[in-house]
Amino acid sequence: MSVGSRLGPETGDASLVAALRAGDEGAFRELVTRYHSSLVRLARASVASHAVAEEVAQDTWLAVIRGIRGFEGRSSLKTWIFRILVNQARTRGARERRIIPLSSLGGDAGHAPAVDPDRFVSDGQRWAGHWYAPPVPWTDLPAETVIGKETVALVASAVEELPDRQRQVVTLRDIEGWTAAEVCELLGLSEGNQRVLLHRGRSQVRARLEQHLGGER
Amino acid sequence: MHDVSCREVVELVTDFLEGRLAVERRDLFERHLAMCTWCQTYLEQMRHTLSIVGFLREDEVPSPLVDSLALAFRAERSRWGGDDPTEPPGG
Repeated sequence: MSVGSRLGPETGDASLVAALRAGDEGAFRELVTRYHSSLVRLARASVASHAVAEEVAQDTWLAVIRGIRGFEGRSSLKTWIFRILVNQARTRGARERRIIPLSSLGGDAGHAPAVDPDRFVSDGQRWAGHWYAPPVPWTDLPAETVIGKETVALVASAVEELPDRQRQVVTLRDIEGWTAAEVCELLGLSEGNQRVLLHRGRSQVRARLEQHLGGER
Repeated sequence: MHDVSCREVVELVTDFLEGRLAVERRDLFERHLAMCTWCQTYLEQMRHTLSIVGFLREDEVPSPLVDSLALAFRAERSRWGGDDPTEPPGG
């Protein structure tokens, strides 16, 4: 495993692909270590349970193993792997729920405002559009409350409750740290659409956190 | 262009954080922000939310799982035939 030992989190695509094709097990282990939890997390946006998401991720690895020699490098290795996952998760999720129509995508991009409109002064009045019930700073709260386990758990469930597309985008952008361009490529979204989904998702998570921390005046 | 209201600020926050506001709009946004502590608070809350979302990342991959997938990798590799490099099967 001498080749494998040189591979680490910083190893780039090209050398990983070369190593994988050469049958380097260390490279494969590195890849699994690097991406497996991310795959499971992303799959969770499309399927009903963690157990199924785990299966989908494992099936993805098997597909990677079978397909690596045919990988042509037209996308990055990461995108290629995640696209296999997205397709498998979609198929699996559709089977589970007897085919969710694609129009559910429309629901995701709907016009739910980021903040309850009642919290702003209504139109026609003086100061229309300004805060009526402004947010309260969290900086005054004890640190254990603001970043404690309970809060993190709440944020996790807020992300889980997002509509599928928003959840995918928030997961990739804000948990996995992907760039907007990578997310667009993987999910086949326009840049504008990606941003709308990100915005809706983030806004909803913030709102849940605000409810939890009691941040309304 | 008219001034940006608080109600608009909360909808522009993502575009702002993404660096996607057109220059004039960004100026208006920043001008509003400079004067409005409530919207500053909102932006701070959003940033804080994102940093907590970022905490959700850490996850260890159980090594038995890596082992069993590596086994599948070896099995596939053995089917590749002739150009199987360096390592003997079973690694």
